[in-house]
Amino acid sequence: MVIEELDSIVQKQKAARKEICIRCCMASGCMSSKSDEIKALMQRAVTEKNLVERVEVRRVGCMGFCGQGPMVKVEPQGLLYERVTVDSAPSIIDALIGGQTQAELGDANQPFFSRQLMVVRANNGRIDPERIEDYLEEGGYRTLHRVLHEMQQPAQVIDAIVKSGLRGRGGAGYPTGLKWGTVAKSAGTHKFVICNGDEGDPGAYMDRSVLESDPHRVLEGMLIAGYAVGADQAYFYVRAEYPLAVSRLQTAIRQAKQHGLLGNGIFESPFNFNVEIRIGAGAFVCGEETALMASIEGGRGQPHPRPPFPAERGLWGYPTLINNVETFANVVPILERGPEWYASLGTEKSKGTKVFSLTGKIRNSGLIEVPMGITIREIVEDMGGGAPGDAKVKAIQTGGPSGGCIPAAHFDTPVDYESLVNLGSIMGSGGLVVMDEHTNMVDVARFYMQFCMEESCGKCIPCRVGTVQMYELLTKIVERRGTLKDLEQLEELCDLVKHTSLCGLGQTAPNPVLSTLRYFRDEYLELLQPIDQRLEPVTSNRQT
Amino acid sequence: MKLIKPALPSEDKRWKIVDAKMRRLGYKGHALIETLHSVQESFGYLDEVALTFVARALHVPPSKVYGVATFYNFFSLKPQGAHTCVVCLGTACYVKGADKVLTAIEKYCGIKSGETTSDNQLSLLTARCIGACAIGPAVIYDGSVSGHQTSELAVDKLKGVLSSGN
Repeated sequence: MVIEELDSIVQKQKAARKEICIRCCMASGCMSSKSDEIKALMQRAVTEKNLVERVEVRRVGCMGFCGQGPMVKVEPQGLLYERVTVDSAPSIIDALIGGQTQAELGDANQPFFSRQLMVVRANNGRIDPERIEDYLEEGGYRTLHRVLHEMQQPAQVIDAIVKSGLRGRGGAGYPTGLKWGTVAKSAGTHKFVICNGDEGDPGAYMDRSVLESDPHRVLEGMLIAGYAVGADQAYFYVRAEYPLAVSRLQTAIRQAKQHGLLGNGIFESPFNFNVEIRIGAGAFVCGEETALMASIEGGRGQPHPRPPFPAERGLWGYPTLINNVETFANVVPILERGPEWYASLGTEKSKGTKVFSLTGKIRNSGLIEVPMGITIREIVEDMGGGAPGDAKVKAIQTGGPSGGCIPAAHFDTPVDYESLVNLGSIMGSGGLVVMDEHTNMVDVARFYMQFCMEESCGKCIPCRVGTVQMYELLTKIVERRGTLKDLEQLEELCDLVKHTSLCGLGQTAPNPVLSTLRYFRDEYLELLQPIDQRLEPVTSNRQT
Repeated sequence: MKLIKPALPSEDKRWKIVDAKMRRLGYKGHALIETLHSVQESFGYLDEVALTFVARALHVPPSKVYGVATFYNFFSLKPQGAHTCVVCLGTACYVKGADKVLTAIEKYCGIKSGETTSDNQLSLLTARCIGACAIGPAVIYDGSVSGHQTSELAVDKLKGVLSSGN
């Protein structure tokens, strides 16, 4: 493909656009409420009312307000319909020609939408994720063209990423530019790029949504990364639990190949790049980069010690760049609008935006993209609308099983990597689960410990045995059988597992316990039995 | 040394799909997980015949094949029931009462999660998180996701699924 061909596709695409566009969300959330049928019914109504010339019914990705789905948006009028049903769908078309609609009209200007800043999700809910033409119309693959033909030195690309201040969106927040630089400098006859789409944190679905809504954006980011670090082969590791994301990604890869945007001689340059999908098989630990690589190599997903880091010795021993889906999705806007622009968003050390999935006991649940530095209170109260009913929000949980709970008293903290760590939690991949006053925090800690126990790969003893012991102690406490001694032992084990486990899973498994102990110790103490009411274990009976 | 390719275990056409997958990946050892996915998709589960065949075809020790097949939650060594019901136990679903939904379903079917009813009609499973967090508690009935489930809704839905035939 040359740029003139791209221009002509875009021109054709623009000419085919119609006066009114009805966007129907067809991401996983809304699809579960029959949005595919809803789209078909609206399409039929358009045909029946002879509006085919004027109205287009478009499949789009996630609009974000998933708790109120299925969502339908009518442009250019800007009308937003929520909880559309099979019965009310055809009447949305009636409303276009002066009729009445039974569909529920939502408020497209409420804080849930107006406080967002769309960078990663700019195309989500607007373009058809299964058509490359839609992506091209939004300027897609032009950044790649510019990188290949105008930024002759790959180092220029890396410089731009460094300047932007982008940090890894998978949770740990490692500076992306620095990682790219290390891989670029590492010597190897081969280099690999891996996109980590093994979004395992329960309560988080940002990456699924991005893949379902704008897969080409992620692919383009990977291509640019491949050029910058000198790789020619990439793997896309996606969870098996995300069948729709996998199928849209397959479509995107096929289309990119057809248009000469993957394969050999991309955009008539010497750059060759191939992408293959690898589907996970349901192991949380595979989100850890060394375990993920073991899984791509066809083995059990068990981690190995770092160093050597993947940037030096990764997949099959070659230098490998691993980034998360959202990190790759940030690459195109950074290069398109300039690293200075990106660095102007967010706080001093955390730049840009972050996509969060706001779920749990919250009125407005769904996906939001906000600038770094926004306070937790703004997210939970202004955008989320607080807990449903009269209940009060007690805490939010960030970072899944590796993160912690932040109590309402700290809601004025800005959301950035450092502030969340200071509170005993982490940014994590972006799950924000809201808990209200009816949620028992000890039970939440036990829930996460059970998760880590089941997902521990079994390679190192502190994690394999420690999580089981901690889970049993927590169960004892939840069932009101525990004493202060059990609590002491739990705290001791937390410290041990945290400092002696091999990989991130074990090292962070105690976090939910530690953070609930830090802020909700009362809830633990309430459940304890006084020691004197219980029989002390008789030590003399033990065989020595 | 030329590696010998084992014969397909039977005339069943589904083995050709599995073989095509391995061929596309060059019968390399790293194709193991992709191949097991293909077997499970074609046959519904992985039995000893399949595991042995895959081990031979990819020149991987059977111990490794068995290790991988049992390491990952997604692979099943037993046949599934005619219908499947997967209850999501992710955090968002959990704080909204997914555990109660699961208990209600377990009580209704008389089996625990991970089990299949004695008439092979239903397999009850749990998932770590299916990413349908905003519409939790979520349950997948025969592959299609339903959101905002309660104990009553779930049992009703299950009755419908079980009476719908195969």
